[in-house]
Amino acid sequence: MKKEKANNYKKAPFFKTLKRNWMLLAMLAPAVIYVLVFSYVPMTGIVLAFKKYQYAGGIYLSPWNGLDNFKALLVAGKLGMVTRNTLLYNIAFIALGVVFEMGSAILLNEIGGKWFKKIAQSFMFLPYFISWVVVSAVMFNVFNYEKGVVNHILNVLGLEAFDLYNSPNAWPIVLIFLKVWKQTGYGSVVYLAAITGLDQEMFEAASIDGASAWQKIKYITIPSLVPTMVIMVLLAIGNIFRGDFGMFYQTVKSSALLQPVTDVIDTYVFRLLITNSDIGVSAAAGLYQSVLCFITITVCNKLVKKIDPDYSLY
Amino acid sequence: MANTFDSEELQKGKGIKSKDAMVVKLIGYLFIGFFALICVIPFYLIVIASFTSEASLIRDGYPIFPTGFDLQSYLLCLKNPVSILKAYGTTIGVTAAGTTLAVLLATMTGYVLSRKDFPWRNGFSFFFFFTTLFSGGLVPWYMMCVRYLHMKNTYFALILPLMFSVWNMIIAKTFMNGIPDAISESAKIDGANDITIFVKLILPLSKPLLATLGLFSALAYWNDWYNCMLYVTEEDMFNLQYYLQRMLGSAEAMRIVAEKSGIALPSVPLEGMKMAMTIIATGPIVLLYPFVQRYFVKGLTIGAVKG
Repeated sequence: MKKEKANNYKKAPFFKTLKRNWMLLAMLAPAVIYVLVFSYVPMTGIVLAFKKYQYAGGIYLSPWNGLDNFKALLVAGKLGMVTRNTLLYNIAFIALGVVFEMGSAILLNEIGGKWFKKIAQSFMFLPYFISWVVVSAVMFNVFNYEKGVVNHILNVLGLEAFDLYNSPNAWPIVLIFLKVWKQTGYGSVVYLAAITGLDQEMFEAASIDGASAWQKIKYITIPSLVPTMVIMVLLAIGNIFRGDFGMFYQTVKSSALLQPVTDVIDTYVFRLLITNSDIGVSAAAGLYQSVLCFITITVCNKLVKKIDPDYSLY
Repeated sequence: MANTFDSEELQKGKGIKSKDAMVVKLIGYLFIGFFALICVIPFYLIVIASFTSEASLIRDGYPIFPTGFDLQSYLLCLKNPVSILKAYGTTIGVTAAGTTLAVLLATMTGYVLSRKDFPWRNGFSFFFFFTTLFSGGLVPWYMMCVRYLHMKNTYFALILPLMFSVWNMIIAKTFMNGIPDAISESAKIDGANDITIFVKLILPLSKPLLATLGLFSALAYWNDWYNCMLYVTEEDMFNLQYYLQRMLGSAEAMRIVAEKSGIALPSVPLEGMKMAMTIIATGPIVLLYPFVQRYFVKGLTIGAVKG
């Protein structure tokens, strides 16, 4: 009797809150259905990694084959290489991203010229507006061996022509440059938005106390940008084992010569899927990637939480 | 306080201070100016290459300075306009429909999650956010779309995959956290329901957010080639970027285009045509930028997932 009463007590408010919030829940429903269909249900598809895919059986009815797909992945011998590439590229992207995006935002905030600022910002945003397909056209224009602008200039200067598509070692630099080039305009606005939200009185007070421009940047602006930076970096770390497929696919094309330095997990999985139609092995590689990402972000978020709970992502 | 220093010292300090500010400004102008140039130069190169005659391109390569004004490449691109117009139609239609739906979905979801009186907001926030932490990967997702939802060669395949992004949802939620709760509360007391409040009060207050999300969603749709490559095999449904990719990708495709437009192969401006097509495929979306630029900084503040 007493128990029942307790249950009633517990249940009643739930239905009451449900009733009170039904419209908010209804507004949430489309997004909830969306992620259920496109994210959560496909998550159950990771069982494919442990199955021998057969067309008739689909994801759920194909027979199990234990760890065969993972063995095949290890035997292929490329997993280590593509994992290393993905990780190193992303570390470089994240580190340089923070430096360039935050640096540009701070400098944009410091310079006074309204027109200069507006035009410069528009220019910096341009690369963000184009697809990686268009970037590949840009690359063709600039780096083409016979007709490219770079070799045009080298030729005028009397230097030897440079063949980018035959120089694997140059690619990490080119790709990191492209990423910074494409992303800085957007990223700097995120930081600029954070700077604009700062209390201007802090800067005025510091000026009255005789703080120099450097000191204000060092002791006010940068520390106030740390929360934004931590969110941006954590979000990026959540994808640290995911390569930017569009970038690698469109700029590198499918050059076997460049693969050792440019192949990332995503391009590798895609090739497995398209050229070998090896669905089980591709699924295994995809699962491997997701698990790595998940572990990394969980650990990093825990660490951040330990240092300062306010900064953690979730 | 200032009295404690003698005036000479104060003067010196002031001198250093303004010099210091000048140095920061100078570095700012130099760095930002240089970076902005690096960003814009490739576009300049493509534009002038698209206006250069094929003979000059074959002889001298892609130019650094304009060498003339030749519309041949553009005319050739438009000589057989049906396939380009179809690609334009696909891209514009998908971008318009997709952007509308994506903005509505992000703002509606963000609004509910920003309501302090919604008891399950943290639970749902994490429910959405978790999808960025863990995913089934490309294969199950592809199978879901093709095998179970039968999206291959439908416009759904171009619209649905980009319709919802947790990142946009976080931006929307952060923005709406900044709208005073009192607005929703007082409207509620006056008898308005949640949807009315959202449509009549919250959306009109969210113009910077709508502009920002609208632009980024439009960019995502306009620049999408990936979903087209995965899900579309019918040439009539190709979008602009995928069309461009195929054009850049193979001289073969170019030859077909040229043959269709009835031009003998040797005189086909292949190189110039690539550049002209790049401009044609990029142009309209860049023109959107000036209209939304002023909203950016206000609209693009990110905040925490929780809370």
